[in-house]
Amino acid sequence: MDRVKRTLAPYLLVLPGGLWLVVFFAVPMATMVSLSLQEGDVVNGFVFTGHWQNYVESLADYQTQLIRSLVYGAVTSFVLIVLAFPVAYWIAFYGGRRKATYLFLILLPFFVSFVLRTISWRMLLTDDGVLLHPLKEAGILPGDFQVLGSATAVIAGLVYSFLPFMVLPIYVALERIDPRVVEAARDLYASPVSSFTKVIFPLALPGVFAGVLMTFVPASSDYVNSELLGSSETTMIGQVIQSKFLSNSDYPSASALSFTLMAVLLVGIFVYARALGTEDVMKVAAR
Amino acid sequence: MTGRFRIGGARLMHIYTWVLIAWLVLPISVMILFGFNDPSGRYNQTWQGFTLKWYRDVFALEALTDALVMSLIIAVLTALIAGALGTGIGYALGRWQFRGAAGLNLLMFAAISSPELVMGSSLLSMFVSLGISPGPVTITIAHVMFSVSFVAIVVRARVVTLDRSLEEAAADLGASGWTTFWKVIFPILLPAIFSGVMLAFALSIDDFVITNFTGGTTETFPMWIWGATRVGLPPQVNVMGTMIFVAGVLIAVISNVRSRPKKRVAA
Repeated sequence: MDRVKRTLAPYLLVLPGGLWLVVFFAVPMATMVSLSLQEGDVVNGFVFTGHWQNYVESLADYQTQLIRSLVYGAVTSFVLIVLAFPVAYWIAFYGGRRKATYLFLILLPFFVSFVLRTISWRMLLTDDGVLLHPLKEAGILPGDFQVLGSATAVIAGLVYSFLPFMVLPIYVALERIDPRVVEAARDLYASPVSSFTKVIFPLALPGVFAGVLMTFVPASSDYVNSELLGSSETTMIGQVIQSKFLSNSDYPSASALSFTLMAVLLVGIFVYARALGTEDVMKVAAR
Repeated sequence: MTGRFRIGGARLMHIYTWVLIAWLVLPISVMILFGFNDPSGRYNQTWQGFTLKWYRDVFALEALTDALVMSLIIAVLTALIAGALGTGIGYALGRWQFRGAAGLNLLMFAAISSPELVMGSSLLSMFVSLGISPGPVTITIAHVMFSVSFVAIVVRARVVTLDRSLEEAAADLGASGWTTFWKVIFPILLPAIFSGVMLAFALSIDDFVITNFTGGTTETFPMWIWGATRVGLPPQVNVMGTMIFVAGVLIAVISNVRSRPKKRVAA
């Protein structure tokens, strides 16, 4: 009896949470795929057709926005690697006893609602806003300077939104490096540059990849930044999906677009999980 | 020569780190500052003068206050439900090797790394297909879904470091499995469970995208702000944002300070 209880224990503990994930994460994905293969409208109901028509049509209509989103996501991740690496490096190797404090400061934006942070940026970047107006008065920027509504503003917003997600995984990877390995490189007459490029950077790569995964996925599917900081020239696929779902109730074609986005990102996610394992992302998530 | 290069590089990186932190804090400072602004028109965008009246009248806008209360209720429910379910998963995964653990791990990984947009829209697809109308209940369901994995991971991280000899000692002293869990294991896990619960609370109260899809016309704090953006945000929003920020920072600092000496003893 006791033994039966023992073998059942993990299943009983896992059951409620696992079921919740299956019913409200996995099943909805399947529902969405099925919806994407249906036809009809809200008034007359939807009929399953099994045709790929929704995919073909919505991709033809919105490929610009889809590609733009993937490009914005990629640029965001790249900029983030460049911005975040030195910070993660400094905290990991020179942070000393204040490492936790520095990481906490990097995480400060998360204590403010995502929408509110982005609205703050819009205030800062408005033509006569708190930031641009003084700079124009001082003659640092030309009077007709404008950034709001441009791709630069949207990407800058995305970079801001997801910076901590790049710093943390790189930091975790760098922190793991045994200082003796770096010392050994120096003992073997490696220059600072080559001990960085040949020893430290390769060891930090899993962290960089985890950071790319954790920033590229939310950045390329975001619609808050492009809605608040962009213009019709910067419309991203998230905005298309959001308005199709919530304003136009065009569920089949919205589902098709949403699943296309998911499929593109899933390929990336699973290649990642296969090649590098899920540990790094999970570890950062635990922080 | 090498030594000097290293010190120079480190100092530059130190300065750069502070510049980046300043950049991260800039919009937060603007949010806090404009809670003290005294705008003449509807737009709280340029500095007009200092006032404390928005702190006095912080709950004067009924719809905004209701939205904040709605956010708090959903966040508390999410934290409790996700806390319980996530602790179960985290404990089981950390304590036993069992069939299906790998699958569960993959499911959690997928739920953490999937875009919110897709999770939100697929939940909406399901609710629409089943004829369930969106509201506070569907929002809570969605919030528990995306935060349960985070709780599980935080708890598991603590469970794997548990010393098995504690359980053996309790058993030797005649404690049953059940007593051992509640009297020995649970108190040790409590700080981790608490961090998991707080994380779920924070994820829920901040969530916009998934709420946008699963909430229908229900207004949470972020949803209200989103809706009001076009007509201009009242300074009360800044005040509430500041209060949430200060409360969050305080809780994080206090719980960090309190857990510090314990860690040293354990080590």
